Amino acid sequence: MSNIPKDLKYTSDHEWVRLEDGVATVGITDHAQEALGDITFVELPAEGDEFETGDTFGVVESVKAASDIYLPVKGAVEAANSALEDSPEMLNSDPYGEGWLIRVRLDGEVDTSALLDPEAYAKLCEEG
Amino acid sequence: MPNEDSPAPALKRTPFHELHSQAGARMVDFAGWDMPVSYAGILEEHRSVRTSVGVFDVSHMGEFIVEGDNAGEFLDHLLTNRVGDCPIGKAIYSPMCKEDGGVVDDLIVYRRLDGSFLVVVNASNREKDFQWMKGRVGLFDVDLHEESDDWALLAVQGPEAMSTLKNLGMGEVFDLGRFRLVEFEWKGLPLIVSRTGYTGEDGVEIFVPTERALELAKELSVGEKIPWIGLGARDSLRLEAGLPLYGHEMSESITPVQAGFGWAVKTDKPSFIGRDALRMEKELGAEKTVRFFLVDDKRIAREGMPVLDEGGEIGVVLSGSKSPILDCPIGSALVDASFTGDAAWVDSRGKRLPIRFAKPPLHR
Repeated sequence: MSNIPKDLKYTSDHEWVRLEDGVATVGITDHAQEALGDITFVELPAEGDEFETGDTFGVVESVKAASDIYLPVKGAVEAANSALEDSPEMLNSDPYGEGWLIRVRLDGEVDTSALLDPEAYAKLCEEG
Repeated sequence: MPNEDSPAPALKRTPFHELHSQAGARMVDFAGWDMPVSYAGILEEHRSVRTSVGVFDVSHMGEFIVEGDNAGEFLDHLLTNRVGDCPIGKAIYSPMCKEDGGVVDDLIVYRRLDGSFLVVVNASNREKDFQWMKGRVGLFDVDLHEESDDWALLAVQGPEAMSTLKNLGMGEVFDLGRFRLVEFEWKGLPLIVSRTGYTGEDGVEIFVPTERALELAKELSVGEKIPWIGLGARDSLRLEAGLPLYGHEMSESITPVQAGFGWAVKTDKPSFIGRDALRMEKELGAEKTVRFFLVDDKRIAREGMPVLDEGGEIGVVLSGSKSPILDCPIGSALVDASFTGDAAWVDSRGKRLPIRFAKPPLHR
């Protein structure tokens, strides 16, 4: 069973979001990294890039496949995790910690009804 | 992010299925079989096989028996390589082609002690191959039957494969030459062991009757003394070694000559299916050839992506993976024979990935 921290929100595309003080930190879930397998490359946006809710903001590549990653909120990139350029395997080893992807300065209110709570996300993973 | 497909109940299972679950394998549907794609991680498993030893469950592969007075002639009619006079105890690799030179499958023929031929085919082509072969028996005096469900198959591969087996008490295999096989009883288990594999490393493939498969796994301390390796690493290992995978480097549209296996097409045999087309291609030179490459980027070049040089498109990617030995992506492409350079690039969703063609094995 994959790890699903209680203090985060989730998407049906297997991203996680931490909302605090007008900033959203986004990553991919433990379930996602497991499904992808060894991650070999991560492409992230530049600081200041602006995105709408649902935009593709990067790519995660594993040995098996390249997957787009979607932003579940609207805002401008405050920071991208540049350490992943040299150590993409951190996405496998610590998806909720060192493997975070980007921090976004939120533009407007977040529609939290479109996000999943940990219980709903766990159910989604079970159903596969 | 991908949605993980839960395996349909109809998927077939090898006798080692329970062991894969216990070892924490991630399973995938491979040609209708619920097979392990990785355990510890593809890259780590890949390294194990290159530096020490690992074991693959390849029980999903197909086994056919061909015997009878014309067994040799029948196989020489079907296959591009010369197998009819194969001595007992020897194994021969061969493509099996259509009239136009396209490949039905590539396979290995083993000449067993009793003189019969054991033909081992790709899991994805089992039914197609059997129908193809059965439909061409005609006037040949042969008995062709399938034994795929009767055999389980483990591949023990790596530079320490032979010493590991010796330490486990399987001394019978130690003097076995490459592409040779022996049949013997080991700890009460009737085995066929051949010094073959699909990794570019030393090692053996061990056939055991399906109902005795778990006993063999126990005797070999599979999962303990020899770590399990999944299909993911099987693919990256064979790609690094420059070995073709059916449907990628060899297919109904990519001939053995294009794939660089002209040596396995014996056009001096009086007749076999595909001979005219393949002889012509050998004499005139193939218009396209399969070449292997390294990528000077972190992105993997994926199957179907175009290969380009300054003049435009020169080919298409057939396979892509990552080499943990070289720490860079690797791949294969079908390239116009008129392109003879070593440098090109792959168009990966609008991004240029520089590639360098190299002669496999890429890791040496």
